[in-house]
Amino acid sequence: MSRIKVKIKEQDLNKIRDICQAHGNQPGELINVLQQTQEHFGYLPAEIQEAVANELGLPVAKVYGVVTFYSFFTMIPQGRYPVSICTGTACYVRGADNVLQEFKRQLEIEVGETSEDGKFSLNCLRCVGACGLAPVVLVGDKTYGRVAPDGVKDILAEYQDKE
Amino acid sequence: MHLLVCGGTGCRASASDSITESLKERLQEHNLQDEVQVVMTGCFGFCEKGPIVKVLPDNTFYTEVSPEDTREIVEEHLVKGRQVDRLLYQAPEGGRVKDSKHMDFYKKQIRIALRNCGFIDPESIDEYIARDGYFALGTALNEMEPRQVIDQIKESGLRGRGGGGFPAGLKWEFASKNEADQKYVVCNADEGDPGAFMDRSILEGDPHAVLEAMAICGYATGADKGLIYIRAEYPLAIKRLKIAIEQAREYGMLGESIFDSPFNFDIQLRYGAGAFVCGEETALIHSMEGERGEPTFKPPFPAESGYLGKPTNVNNVETYANVPVIINKGADWFSQIGTEKSTGTKVFALAGKVNNVGLIEVPMGTTLREVIFEIGGGIKGGKKFKAVQTGGPSGGCLTEEHLDTPIDFDNLLAVGSMMGSGGMIVLDEDDCMVSVAKFFLEFTVEESCGKCAPCRVGNKRMYELLERITQGKAEKKDLQRLNNMCHVIADTSLCGLGQTAPSPVLSTMKNFWNEYVAHVEDQRCPAGSCKDLMRYEIIPENCVGCTACARKCPVGAITGERKQVHEIDQDKCIKCGACLEACKFDAVTIK
Repeated sequence: MSRIKVKIKEQDLNKIRDICQAHGNQPGELINVLQQTQEHFGYLPAEIQEAVANELGLPVAKVYGVVTFYSFFTMIPQGRYPVSICTGTACYVRGADNVLQEFKRQLEIEVGETSEDGKFSLNCLRCVGACGLAPVVLVGDKTYGRVAPDGVKDILAEYQDKE
Repeated sequence: MHLLVCGGTGCRASASDSITESLKERLQEHNLQDEVQVVMTGCFGFCEKGPIVKVLPDNTFYTEVSPEDTREIVEEHLVKGRQVDRLLYQAPEGGRVKDSKHMDFYKKQIRIALRNCGFIDPESIDEYIARDGYFALGTALNEMEPRQVIDQIKESGLRGRGGGGFPAGLKWEFASKNEADQKYVVCNADEGDPGAFMDRSILEGDPHAVLEAMAICGYATGADKGLIYIRAEYPLAIKRLKIAIEQAREYGMLGESIFDSPFNFDIQLRYGAGAFVCGEETALIHSMEGERGEPTFKPPFPAESGYLGKPTNVNNVETYANVPVIINKGADWFSQIGTEKSTGTKVFALAGKVNNVGLIEVPMGTTLREVIFEIGGGIKGGKKFKAVQTGGPSGGCLTEEHLDTPIDFDNLLAVGSMMGSGGMIVLDEDDCMVSVAKFFLEFTVEESCGKCAPCRVGNKRMYELLERITQGKAEKKDLQRLNNMCHVIADTSLCGLGQTAPSPVLSTMKNFWNEYVAHVEDQRCPAGSCKDLMRYEIIPENCVGCTACARKCPVGAITGERKQVHEIDQDKCIKCGACLEACKFDAVTIK
């Protein structure tokens, strides 16, 4: 079948095939397949969605429908240091919004975007379960608790010199 | 001897991993590694004072431990037998407290669902078994007919802890009565309520309890397959569940011929990908089938036609966690706890402007006042209590006058909120109630699946109205519009998400009507929190020119020479409030 219009590297295609096969090429496993695919590629651009649709015998529209429905999936490559601000209720009432505004200002990007150098991306998530440390910010796997707007600069500085 | 280190998400965020490592190293230095076992447990609940290290058997409860403190704990407490006083909990009144059972935070709690959290190593099935684990499953399989199991659950009065409060036994009965070649038992672990982490803590702290309960449910309803639908964002809970499932299979608690009975049961994980609506059981089932998680009309209920069209019983994590105890101790024992129509206990994630943030479990019928002021230790910073939000985006805000309401499913509904899954957020005088309603609406708008118009369009319009109110641009008529929309959306939405979405607005309009009016008529936010309605200014008479505010201002909006009166450039100001906090001379004011 040659339904794929956008070029995708042979090795990437093979990886997608492997993932789909590991799930028995079952359409019902779509979400699990997409999760593993995103884990490997970092994001799910159109051509990868097409390849997945092809393997599972699903319409591309259906795959796209699922990708855009769930907040876990992203079609934009994430930064090397993804910044996530917890905007659960506990963090909200302890000033998460001010922290978020400060990250936006410092990084000059909006929520859901990645900085031009590909270093940082900015996202919100709802409750990481560390409400005692509200407001909470995650950079990659590292958690920062009781973050105030004036502490944002220091957090970013930790990663500024890293590649 | 044991050293229990809290491995809950909150404490891990504060380096409890390194504490564990460091303790092990120190023990080796003193050649105590064979005498003292370091165990990483689930959540102790007292997140405010984490990371927590508990010493057994003497029950010393160390709070706010850092990796640097481990030397002292080992050298003083373990080697010399002297407790480290400075790490003990400091009660607000009186001295330091050694044992958690004497702390106000724990005194009124009864732990059923959380019985093993903070006691056992969640990655060890042996420790679970040592605390009567899998005993209930054995009893059910060897001594009870499926019918008797269902009767026990029905008589216990256990109601669904996910939000709806539907009697669990009745649900099991429906699923058991529907004949089919295949049935399923599903555990809803898609905790999407922002500010709630009860289910996650149970899964992280006591995963076997859920597995055991699902197997009991499978036996009662005639299902041999179990599925746990869990958020992919919960990596630790997923890891521990995977370990638990493997161990349970190894020990023959899952698999074929469990306890030498003809009963077979196995459990698989299914991952959610972040969608609040998937907490609704039909949406959850669609999501497990690889579809968009959109709800469908009930009936048919999942008990009749659920996963892959087969009879399916869906309960949430906390509901299941109660089941083994009910089988072990009996329905009578359970139904004596709590109130007449809401038996047992409820786990709450207590957070917000309260001194003791944490995970608590109290008998139904405990009052909000007891929870907030005794367990929670009152309001942070000596501020005034304003409201408590229960039920998350589907619930409402309750005020001072509701503080003595005993918490149960029906009482909370009667006063305009709901139990929900157990988020409890305390608000103080600085919180604007219109903004709080807007916050929840923003969440609902984001999470609405878009299938039905009242929820998709209505909530968006409602959000826009709230935005106008908080910007001081609304007219009096808008309040009437808002009220009308609430009722239309509640009456006409397809699923629970839409039907309850207006609750935060309705309850705040009812209880804080004056605040809405102040925003509309006077363009004023009484709590001083709506940014469009306020400006920070410096009172020249009070300013001594210490430059503290200018140094703190993240945008450089404050100018002024040393020892001269400073000034805030209103065009640059982002209203973050950093100057107000920095000023020691009360020279910054909000207008």
